[in-house]
Amino acid sequence: MKIPFTLRLEQRTDDVPKWLPAVTSLGSVVVAFIISGIILKFIGGEPLRVLKFFFSATFGSWPVFSDTLVKATPLIMVGLACSVAFKMKLWNIGAEGQFYMGAFFASLVVLIPIVPLETTPKFIVLGLMVVMGMIGGAIWGFFPGYLKARYKVNEIITTLMLNYIAIYWNNFWIFDKWSDAGFQMTPQFDKVAWLPRLSDLAKEYPVFSGITLHLGVIFGLIAAVIIWWILERSSWGYQIKLIGDNPNAARYAGLNITRNIILVMMLSGALAGLAGMSEVSGVVHRLQERISPGYGFTGIIVAWLAKLNPFAVIIVSIMFGALIVAGREIQPSGLSNLLQGIILFMVISSDVLLRYKIRLVRTEQEVA
Amino acid sequence: MFSPPSPYAVEMQDIVIRFPGVLANDHVNLTLKNGEIHALLGENGAGKSTLMNALAGLYKPVSGTIKVHGEQVSFGSPKDAIAKGIGMVHQHFMLVPTQTVTENILLGLNEPRFFMNLPKYDQKILDLQELFGLRVDPTAPIWQLSVGEQQRVEILKTLYRGANILIMDEPTAVLAPQEIDELMNTMRSMTEQGKSIIFISHKLHEVTSVADRLTVLRKGVATAEGIDIEGITGERLAELMVGRKVIFTVEKKAQKPGEVVLDVREVSAQNNKGVQALKKLSLTVRQGEILGIAGVAGNGQSELAEVITGLRLCTGSVLVNGEEVANFEPGKAIKSGVAHVPEDRTGVGTAPNMTITENTIMKNYRESPIGSRWGINFTVARNRARELKKAYGILAPSVRTQARKLSGGNLQKVILAREISIKPQLMIAMQPTRGLDVGAIESIQKLLLEQREAGTALLLISEELDELLTLSDRIAVMYEGEIMGILDAEDADVNEIGLMMTGTKRSEA
Repeated sequence: MKIPFTLRLEQRTDDVPKWLPAVTSLGSVVVAFIISGIILKFIGGEPLRVLKFFFSATFGSWPVFSDTLVKATPLIMVGLACSVAFKMKLWNIGAEGQFYMGAFFASLVVLIPIVPLETTPKFIVLGLMVVMGMIGGAIWGFFPGYLKARYKVNEIITTLMLNYIAIYWNNFWIFDKWSDAGFQMTPQFDKVAWLPRLSDLAKEYPVFSGITLHLGVIFGLIAAVIIWWILERSSWGYQIKLIGDNPNAARYAGLNITRNIILVMMLSGALAGLAGMSEVSGVVHRLQERISPGYGFTGIIVAWLAKLNPFAVIIVSIMFGALIVAGREIQPSGLSNLLQGIILFMVISSDVLLRYKIRLVRTEQEVA
Repeated sequence: MFSPPSPYAVEMQDIVIRFPGVLANDHVNLTLKNGEIHALLGENGAGKSTLMNALAGLYKPVSGTIKVHGEQVSFGSPKDAIAKGIGMVHQHFMLVPTQTVTENILLGLNEPRFFMNLPKYDQKILDLQELFGLRVDPTAPIWQLSVGEQQRVEILKTLYRGANILIMDEPTAVLAPQEIDELMNTMRSMTEQGKSIIFISHKLHEVTSVADRLTVLRKGVATAEGIDIEGITGERLAELMVGRKVIFTVEKKAQKPGEVVLDVREVSAQNNKGVQALKKLSLTVRQGEILGIAGVAGNGQSELAEVITGLRLCTGSVLVNGEEVANFEPGKAIKSGVAHVPEDRTGVGTAPNMTITENTIMKNYRESPIGSRWGINFTVARNRARELKKAYGILAPSVRTQARKLSGGNLQKVILAREISIKPQLMIAMQPTRGLDVGAIESIQKLLLEQREAGTALLLISEELDELLTLSDRIAVMYEGEIMGILDAEDADVNEIGLMMTGTKRSEA
């Protein structure tokens, strides 16, 4: 006996409907949860209880949702950093290092200090830290960009290597120069250099007590809107996409590829640097070892899952923020990594649905 | 199952292939006799490749039967087709540039399993070459080979896999004239050895010179099924293909050329391999004039186009309306009003994953009303693209369609639409009609003549002598980076051009 129908993949020749990418991505996340549930069931867990707990521990109340957003904040900015570079097929995997340099440069405002902390208004100190953080990241993006543009040095290698330099550069200063009583951290920053938190408003609005969400998340959202505008509406974004899709056509159309490589690497670095600033000023309030548990690398995954769409980066970052928080709450904590892995796998495989159509076809009548 | 020996290598009957919204093949029949060359003609998008892909196992027809040597088959994948001795030589080569000819031929086969005794296989391939007259050094890496030689490797690949039915998808589109002759000889010697060939082509004279019978497709329907080639005229074939009489001599109005627009003075340049490609070349083109450049491919034509458009460095000078454009970035030439229809439509002329809209604004995305220094108004851009799509008859679902989904002719129309819309002073058109079907060639040639009437200076580089003779006002013949002579197209003698193409200077001729 033969099954009368088979599934067949057909290459798409028509336009992909605008809504399809969102639907397939969402569908893959749901499928990922179902698969994880099945695995849990097999090892004797209770998938539904775990699922319930997962949501209550990450989205269940304002304080835990705030924790999720705090974790998502650096991911948004780093995810945007990677998206911009990847749009031009510049493989910047140095967001981690650019993040550290951003954190370091932002901290200089307080540690040198660049302005007298007692007398300068808070918004000037914070504004300076934002600018310095972005400059720090941009410098760390400039080197690989310049080397790539001038001497065709592979940016994957240089950005990867510069990560280590940035981390050890940071370590030198926090161990040697600014160590707080021998620990691998600087003394806590003066409050003037802290990004405002919602809990600061607890006196007037008791609902906000214990809510650690800080202004950095707004930086992330604003950055997403700006990056979206650059990529989708500006002539620079058009250049970035044209160079990414076909550098020969870009040169033929009179674009300056060398300058664009350097500028895009600097923009990418600046965004990662901003994430570093937001972490030191909004979360840890000092420069210390391991301020990033690998945000720079997670950003690569975030950008990829979001298909380099700035708004999707926000949603994916919140999902990853939730997974980080859940990993702390659920035992064994490996569960969260399992889910992360399956989601990644599913979303990437769902791409097949965008490039192909699945059709049900009648198998041929067998000749008797 | 035993089947009586069949006189036919392939019988395709009542083949129907449907794509969403398109009937690609509508009850098409095609038979291939043993040892014959069967030509398959049709415009781009007529369904030739679809039909052949069904034979090669890439698509499955909705209905209809395919018989190979009298035996009914149903291919699930290309592997099944190869097992039945069907081999396809694609238009775009699938070779690894850094590996040798032998390595490329062995790629993907079960033998050799682990140890590569390459000399042994080199010899096998040499024997195969001997049989069919396909000469190419088996130990040479692919990147050292000419396009014609690479094609021979592709043919050897299918022969080595035991193919006795060969499908050749527009094999002549990429070849220089003398390579085409060699290919024709190879095809003849293959049929002498008992192979059967389906030959897809747009070029009528090639079909009439090499094929035995032919099938013509138009919009998925066969307008001629296996008719004998004898006694068929070019006009009749063209009519079968496009469904109307083609005016082969597009009308060129007499007009007086105006001021000099392009002035190339003693330009020398090197090619990508560092060899001198242009040797102190000088020429001028005036307003409302088409200067045709004739010559065998690889005699410096590409380099000349690149030097003028700023894509290649040179010595000497290139003046456009008196302004120097050589040795600047391409942006300078574009600003001076130089439009460029590049030789490589997919690799240079367009961005494959960007939409038609995005591809049409490549040269004017910063000009009002489409854009400014900072932003682009995509509503305006889309409307412009829709207008261009309509005006130039670009066939695509919408302006949102990605360039890579367009056929060659439609892609070329996108490029021409873009280049003409910047209202150029000078247009460099390189092989603008290569690989296109009769209908597209006609509309592209008309567009070029309209530009001439509008007063644009045109430099037309082509290997099609007929095209140059119909379109040009003057024809310059290039040989090894030099101009052998310039003649008036009116009273140009084809034999004289032929002599100059092979290196005889005009005064000597």
